[in-house]
Amino acid sequence: MIYLDYAATSWPKPPEVLHAMTDFLEHAGGNPGRSGHRLSIAAARIIYNTREAVAQLFHVSDPMRVIFTCNVTYALNLALHGLLKPGDHVVTSSLEHNSVMRPLRALERSGVQLTVVRCEADGSLNLNVMREAVTRDTRLVVVTHASNVIGTLLPVEEIASIAHQAGALLLVDAAQTAGVIPIDQPASGIDLLAFTGHKGLLGPPGTGGLVMGDRVDTSELSPLVRGGTGSRSEFEEQPDMLPDKYESGTSNGASIAGLGAGIHWVLDRGVEAIRAHEASLTEVLIAGLLNIPGVTVYGSNDSAKMTAVVSCRVAGRRVSEVGLRFDDEFEVMCRVGLHCAPAAHKTIGTFPEGTIRLAPGIFTSLDDIHAVITAMGRIAQCHE
Amino acid sequence: MQAEAVLVRAKLPVKMIPTPRDLSSDCGIALRFDWCQNEQVQALLNKARVEIAGVHMMPA
Repeated sequence: MIYLDYAATSWPKPPEVLHAMTDFLEHAGGNPGRSGHRLSIAAARIIYNTREAVAQLFHVSDPMRVIFTCNVTYALNLALHGLLKPGDHVVTSSLEHNSVMRPLRALERSGVQLTVVRCEADGSLNLNVMREAVTRDTRLVVVTHASNVIGTLLPVEEIASIAHQAGALLLVDAAQTAGVIPIDQPASGIDLLAFTGHKGLLGPPGTGGLVMGDRVDTSELSPLVRGGTGSRSEFEEQPDMLPDKYESGTSNGASIAGLGAGIHWVLDRGVEAIRAHEASLTEVLIAGLLNIPGVTVYGSNDSAKMTAVVSCRVAGRRVSEVGLRFDDEFEVMCRVGLHCAPAAHKTIGTFPEGTIRLAPGIFTSLDDIHAVITAMGRIAQCHE
Repeated sequence: MQAEAVLVRAKLPVKMIPTPRDLSSDCGIALRFDWCQNEQVQALLNKARVEIAGVHMMPA
């Protein structure tokens, strides 16, 4: 069996992740931050340790500005709905996932001005077009760090400087890059970084978060949900302290424990090393696919400019049929279709059919990639 | 939790306890330390930018 769906979620997880989760439930089962007994404190300590691990991974100095959410979608919604008010202007790219596009379209209906900067067919972004779109009225620029359809990396540092020159903040969707592409949040000028825990960070589903840089004034960022935090219990108003302001209700402690183990696993191996492994697999995969008659590969086809996400199609074959044959005949797990990003598919010209998305990861071997290329060759050949 | 991490790293003997009810219930849990280390504790926490809700002396 070959798992090539890391862009959807990483699998398998390191054993340390599973151990951390069972350990949390067995030995630290209290409600973190609520009670003062040892099980509650043990739980709070584990969650805090994961907060520190996230801060270390993204090079941020204050772990209290790491907000845990149930996934990256929630983190993006928190930033977008928390920051944008009717009359504000927001700029995004045409590569965005629906986790950004849908909240933005909803905000647009409530009076937020939205500009979608169109990317090139290979997914690249013309910075001059971005520069023209960002004005003095722009409150926020939100972009994906890398496309979940074709892997194209966007130049977030340059986009940050465009946003900051206009007095706007930059929100980056790092769903596809956290753990697989080195991210130095302060150095890159990223004001708000939304990440997921279950992809490159190798944690369980149900984890993710929003990391707020120093430029973000939290008095201007409303929480999405309010409720019990264990702090300032005498007041019926939401507390301002961090991270409590944005973390109401009991945290997903066992999964956050697993996320901490996943991040430590990534830090131990080094994001650079993981990146190098995935880039080498991507290069071989693209070269192999391009050699097969009838196969079209979308995007830049340059492994240095993308994550390990390769979208392709086979002439004369529905993507659903290819996906089924991959699974049934070759035990290759991949995703086919629109990948929750209609704007990205319109940008690269694969709407509405979608693509076959092959996304290797840290546990994929070179042999796996060769086997997938062979399988694709057989699928493409049978048709002729 | 951040305060505990900072102080443990500085090898100060501290203990997390339920916040005594006669103090403000600012937080469900509080950090107990030896009063003679008060200045050192506050200096370390200020340096780490940890917000201190209050410091109270507890009767022995």
